[in-house]
Amino acid sequence: MKHIPWILLAIVGAIGLAVLATSRGEPVNALWIVVAAVSCFLVAYRYYALYIARNVMRLDPLRATPAHTLADGLDYVATDKRVLFGHHFAAIAGAGPLVGPVLAAQMGYLPGTLWIIFGVVLAGAVQDFMVLFISMRRDGKSLGELVRLEMGPVAGTIALAGAFLIMVIILAVLALIVVRALAESPWGMFTVAATIPLALAMGVYTRWIRPGRIGEVSLLGFLGLIAAIVFGQNVAASPFWGPLFTFTPETLCWILIGYGALASILPVWLLLAPRDYLSTFLKIGAITALAIGIVVMAPDLRMPALTPFVDGGGPAWSGSLFPFLFITIACGAVSGFHALIASGTTPKLIGSEVDAPFIGYGAMLMEAFVAIMALVGASILDPGIYFAMNSPAAVLGSDPASAAQAVTTMGYPVSAETLAQTARDVGEHTIVSRTGGAPTLAVAMAEIFSHILGGTAMKAFWYHFAILFEALFILTAVDAGTRAGRFMLQDLIGLVVPSFRAGTSWVPGVVATGLCVASWGFFLYQGVTDPLGGVNTLWPVFGISNQMLAAVALMLATTVLFRMKQQRYAWVTAVPTVWLLICTLTAGSLKLVSADPAVGFLSHAARFAAAIEAGVVLAPAKSMAKMRAIVFNDRIDAALCAVFLAVVLSLLFFTIRTCLAALRADRPIVNESPAQMVPAE
Amino acid sequence: MKALRAMLRLMVGQPSYDAYLAHMAQRHPHATPMSRVEFFRNREQARYGGAGGGKCC
Repeated sequence: MKHIPWILLAIVGAIGLAVLATSRGEPVNALWIVVAAVSCFLVAYRYYALYIARNVMRLDPLRATPAHTLADGLDYVATDKRVLFGHHFAAIAGAGPLVGPVLAAQMGYLPGTLWIIFGVVLAGAVQDFMVLFISMRRDGKSLGELVRLEMGPVAGTIALAGAFLIMVIILAVLALIVVRALAESPWGMFTVAATIPLALAMGVYTRWIRPGRIGEVSLLGFLGLIAAIVFGQNVAASPFWGPLFTFTPETLCWILIGYGALASILPVWLLLAPRDYLSTFLKIGAITALAIGIVVMAPDLRMPALTPFVDGGGPAWSGSLFPFLFITIACGAVSGFHALIASGTTPKLIGSEVDAPFIGYGAMLMEAFVAIMALVGASILDPGIYFAMNSPAAVLGSDPASAAQAVTTMGYPVSAETLAQTARDVGEHTIVSRTGGAPTLAVAMAEIFSHILGGTAMKAFWYHFAILFEALFILTAVDAGTRAGRFMLQDLIGLVVPSFRAGTSWVPGVVATGLCVASWGFFLYQGVTDPLGGVNTLWPVFGISNQMLAAVALMLATTVLFRMKQQRYAWVTAVPTVWLLICTLTAGSLKLVSADPAVGFLSHAARFAAAIEAGVVLAPAKSMAKMRAIVFNDRIDAALCAVFLAVVLSLLFFTIRTCLAALRADRPIVNESPAQMVPAE
Repeated sequence: MKALRAMLRLMVGQPSYDAYLAHMAQRHPHATPMSRVEFFRNREQARYGGAGGGKCC
């Protein structure tokens, strides 16, 4: 009897999916995607998460969590599950679920929707939930420590090194998105630049004037942000200030690198903490507003269900649907980075084992919902505008007329006047080749928000609000990530040179920070100067690395299940592991050795190297020096792919070896902390 | 409403000060707990200053 509402919900979800899958040509309302996704998520949470909790993990409400056994009132605190859900969601949701689906929309809305729904239910949420469970049973240890504990020290070190490389790529690709969004945009640049003095003032306020009053200072900061957006229009229009805030991508790249180095050595209370308040609350607020906006506006999808680019050859990123769709949407469907969060602060705060499905599985479903909204946003735009924004300048030329012609040739008719008018509406000089996903999403958010509040007159305000919201939390991630990367690097180098560890002197800290900034700065510069726009090159490398980390986390989970003697349930983690291995190994090797220069790094390098031999300058390069840079960058990217492949294959070897050893053992050999009862209240 | 406030504060790494005081009173009754401001700074440093400040993409 209690199952009847759930069966009805499942039927609603199935109808939603059927409508999406069978519509061709006729307009489909975006709410069908939302309805299908939400019903699938709720049914999966009610049945699959519960099945995993009861049978696979055997969660025990009487077993004390680290928040009880190690309670210290600071790091280990038993926390209300709704409060902890918010904390965990805010930590996992960032730019990834917003950008990936926007890029994936080049294949139409259907492939992305299906991958997000099925990916999160069977892989992404399972991964987060399993890692949370494993860490929760082991005093809240981190992913690196868990791999070391369950698979040995060599595997642990490999995982740590892999995680550092992934961090570098994430920081580079996030910074690249900011560069693409702010280059040649004085209004956007001014508002983002204004957040720095604003954050410094907030830092001083929380330090000396009213310490600890987060709500108060955030409200003041928010008013400052709104003022900056409004005032930014005048700055952009001013003949003196406008050019002062107009930067080329190269200059912005150097500004960001300098900023990253400086910000990560300033005291945290001065810049990082206050900006984190702004970006976190703005993120939660904007996501909520977007959800309400989509439901109220109920827009029609204008992107077709499938585009011809499913076979490859798309302008935003190269490659065919399999395997590249599955690495383009990483965050939102399955994200390896979450394994670092689920083994971070959350397992130390969880009050009861039975809260784990809500927090581990539930928060990831919520992130998938964010990804669905981003996909809806990209799909309600005129496809002509979408492709004009997301194709590289090498394809489009630089003015609306050439872009309109190029996009019309792709099969998505659009007029130069439409492109120019859209740019005027959002208060920008041009929207042509604004790659990276963030500007596209900002145009979509401006469309949705202005429909509800303010009409066309407010579009420019909402566009810059959306850009600010994205840039703000990306900059926070760059800053926090540089700090985290620095500590990872110090740990890694400390394995060889013990005096390099944190806490010995300030020199290793500065050296590690410098190395970390130099690493992501290198890839950022490469992306910015890439004639194809950079996102094209870097996003797949990021996707591959992130999904490989997910495969590593799921392999760890499989190992733990074998060692618990729960191997008859190991399919829960083994099936997504195998799928991710198939996708990432295929994509990684294609990126390495594909004969198609648009896909394979080495064949691209070979083509340019051959041209250098022959003394010919190939478009889009303009000089021999550029040609050499392209060859060099291609080879670095290829080496990076090879390293990722080696990391994942070696960990696969350790997983199989550990699982076989566990099968031979006659009893469970898990390293869980001893079970204790929850203390009576 | 109280839960919402606690949620927003924990999102930026500030756990409950009352829970900390309760913990100190129960487990370490003879130690002097940190003041509210000291607690705030301690948590701020722990969130952003150390290796644990990771966030997702």
